[in-house]
Amino acid sequence: MEYKDYYKILGVERTATADDIKKAYRKLARTYHPDVSKEAGAEARFKEIGEAYEVLQDPQKRAAYDQLGTRWQAGQDFTPPPDWGTGFEFTQGRASREATPDFSDFFSSLFGNFARQADASRARGEDHHAKILIPLEDAFHGATRTITLRAPQLDAQGRVVLREHTLNIRIPKGIRDGQLIRLAGQGTPGTGGAPGGDLYLEIHFDRHALYRVEGHDLSLTLPLAPWEAALGATVKAPTPTGVVEVKVPAGSQSGRKLRLKGRGIPGEPPGDLYLVLDVVLPKADTARAQELYRTMAQELSFNPRRALGV
Amino acid sequence: MEYEILTGNIIGDEGVLTTEELARACRAEVSWIAELIDVGILAQEGEDPSRWRFCAGDLTCARRAARLQQAFAVNTDALAVMLDLLSEIERLRDRLKRAGLDSEE
Repeated sequence: MEYKDYYKILGVERTATADDIKKAYRKLARTYHPDVSKEAGAEARFKEIGEAYEVLQDPQKRAAYDQLGTRWQAGQDFTPPPDWGTGFEFTQGRASREATPDFSDFFSSLFGNFARQADASRARGEDHHAKILIPLEDAFHGATRTITLRAPQLDAQGRVVLREHTLNIRIPKGIRDGQLIRLAGQGTPGTGGAPGGDLYLEIHFDRHALYRVEGHDLSLTLPLAPWEAALGATVKAPTPTGVVEVKVPAGSQSGRKLRLKGRGIPGEPPGDLYLVLDVVLPKADTARAQELYRTMAQELSFNPRRALGV
Repeated sequence: MEYEILTGNIIGDEGVLTTEELARACRAEVSWIAELIDVGILAQEGEDPSRWRFCAGDLTCARRAARLQQAFAVNTDALAVMLDLLSEIERLRDRLKRAGLDSEE
């Protein structure tokens, strides 16, 4: 396990006051909080910052951490010294925070064994939350997915450790982006015979190569040849449940939407599939193609800029 | 156990979570949920928390509110402003994405 330099993570001196630490934390939180930041790796960085703050803002934990001394370097292989924690009495403090559970092994090895002392009596387990990405196709056919989550649990010595938790979950047909699957009793086990918490899975679709999702509706860009758009045509279009033939009305322009009712995500009522027409020009890369374009130029009186008054 | 397939309850656009369940999922008190309703972060009819019911979007929003409040120690009014701005940014990002203009991915 790696030693973590909590002072370095917050960018403060070892002599920093409680106020300095709070200021440094707030500033970093504004930059890296996953709810406000789009920076790559913000979530991991914020976790580290939160962990450092959890230790340094608490005078007891900070004093104990300082006791490790300055001989450790960030990233160095670390084992807690045998006399670790003697003479310190830790209280529950801020341990009930929503964001606490997923701290590092380093944190758990130092502070894990007392974080849950107050839970010895009968108490309902905590709810857990996770986001999962599923293919859009699951919403059409339903599926069973195996997911592995990391969840904090108590080991035999009562220390908090991260355990992998593998679950097989039925994804029902008709599920939509942003919906939750609630699995009763799959959160933290209760203590003293109290019920366990629940696990909430927030469902999101993987980005799909063809379809964009909005609620229960889908949209697809459908390329058309100029003559198909101009003269009207019956063309093939993919849908999540198979290829269909659609009638493109004569005189269609790019951007026009054709609605295929009930071809979106299944449900009561099902969503719709919108085909967004996109007229694509053939390349004028042969003498024959150039000739055809020239014929059009000569024989069609067409000014695409008429509306601009030029 | 390993081959057990779990079937959960789907929480979607309809209000199914009670106020206690929502509070527990946010590791907060029922009174905190009532504060969110007071400032309009969540919407419910009436004054009686035992009659309120919440949907998936409410849970996602309340958990985000809990995370932001912990990190920035803001009052619920400021929290409401942060959440409004964040959802506005999300809405605009979605529009960019639908227009095929998202450069981030």
